[in-house]
Amino acid sequence: MRARVFVTLKPSVFDPQGTIVTEALHTLGYAAVKDVRQGKYFELDIDAGTAEEARRLASEAADKLLANPVIESYRIEIERGAAGSVP
Amino acid sequence: MKFAVVVFPGSNCDHDAYHATRHVLGQEAAFVWHKDTSLQGADAVILPGGFAHGDYLRTGAVARFSPIMPVVQRFAEAGGPVLGICNGFQVLLEAGLLPGAMLRNRSVRFQCEHVFVSVEQTDTPFTSTCRAGERLRIPIAHGDGNYYAEPDIVEKLEARRQVIFRYATASGAATPEANPNGSVHNIAGICNEGRNVVGMMPHPERACELAVGSADGLLLLDSAVHSVGRGDLITAQ
Repeated sequence: MRARVFVTLKPSVFDPQGTIVTEALHTLGYAAVKDVRQGKYFELDIDAGTAEEARRLASEAADKLLANPVIESYRIEIERGAAGSVP
Repeated sequence: MKFAVVVFPGSNCDHDAYHATRHVLGQEAAFVWHKDTSLQGADAVILPGGFAHGDYLRTGAVARFSPIMPVVQRFAEAGGPVLGICNGFQVLLEAGLLPGAMLRNRSVRFQCEHVFVSVEQTDTPFTSTCRAGERLRIPIAHGDGNYYAEPDIVEKLEARRQVIFRYATASGAATPEANPNGSVHNIAGICNEGRNVVGMMPHPERACELAVGSADGLLLLDSAVHSVGRGDLITAQ
């Protein structure tokens, strides 16, 4: 089963990389892009019987390692369509 | 006294720390591999600079799970002096031994230069021979040194005098211009509530001999020697 983990900086935290990307897009003429927040994306291939179990494991991995709760939050999606899985 | 210098795969200032403590200060020093579970009876622990485990996920994120870290944590909880320098500071933050986190430098560049820091507090094992407000000229070399903590945590740090070093001008003013990485309140180094664990981004071990441009960093390591010599600190198991 596949879990997708999206790690992003909390809204209150300044994002130096996102700011640079925003400026670069403005330089390229994309004035409509008001702000960019850069984050991290992980795909976890998990040996789990149910989507709930996969979500629990992914959440544990994110809490322990993938995200730093001081500055980051995360969101998990369990992929539909893997053998016998339900979203 | 004896210093333990922890070596992670990717540490690159371990030999600088060893040289400064062993050869410049003339103290005992030992390298401790990150998979070891003994601090070899050291009186103080240094987590050196570098890129532990490559820092691929986040700085210090993987290093905090090294087998030596629970040992360092117990040593710290018992009051033993621990100094985290640069990447070592980042490891202490990830391990929760110090509050806060590091963001990418505001400039989004690797900053490598000599800076001035003001010594804000002298009642830690690593600043006991400094004068309050004294300016030290010490190099920085980091890409992720932009110290961040939630505003209420920063307030607590200030109230409890846990800000130990601040980026400052040569005359001691903590101005935005003197801040090389965007750290909140110009914070360059902090300590824990027990005041025995200190983390700092500047590299004192790289400023221990005039031949390399500054010997100001020696004060910090010498402070540890004096603090341990006074017997107010414990010895590692």
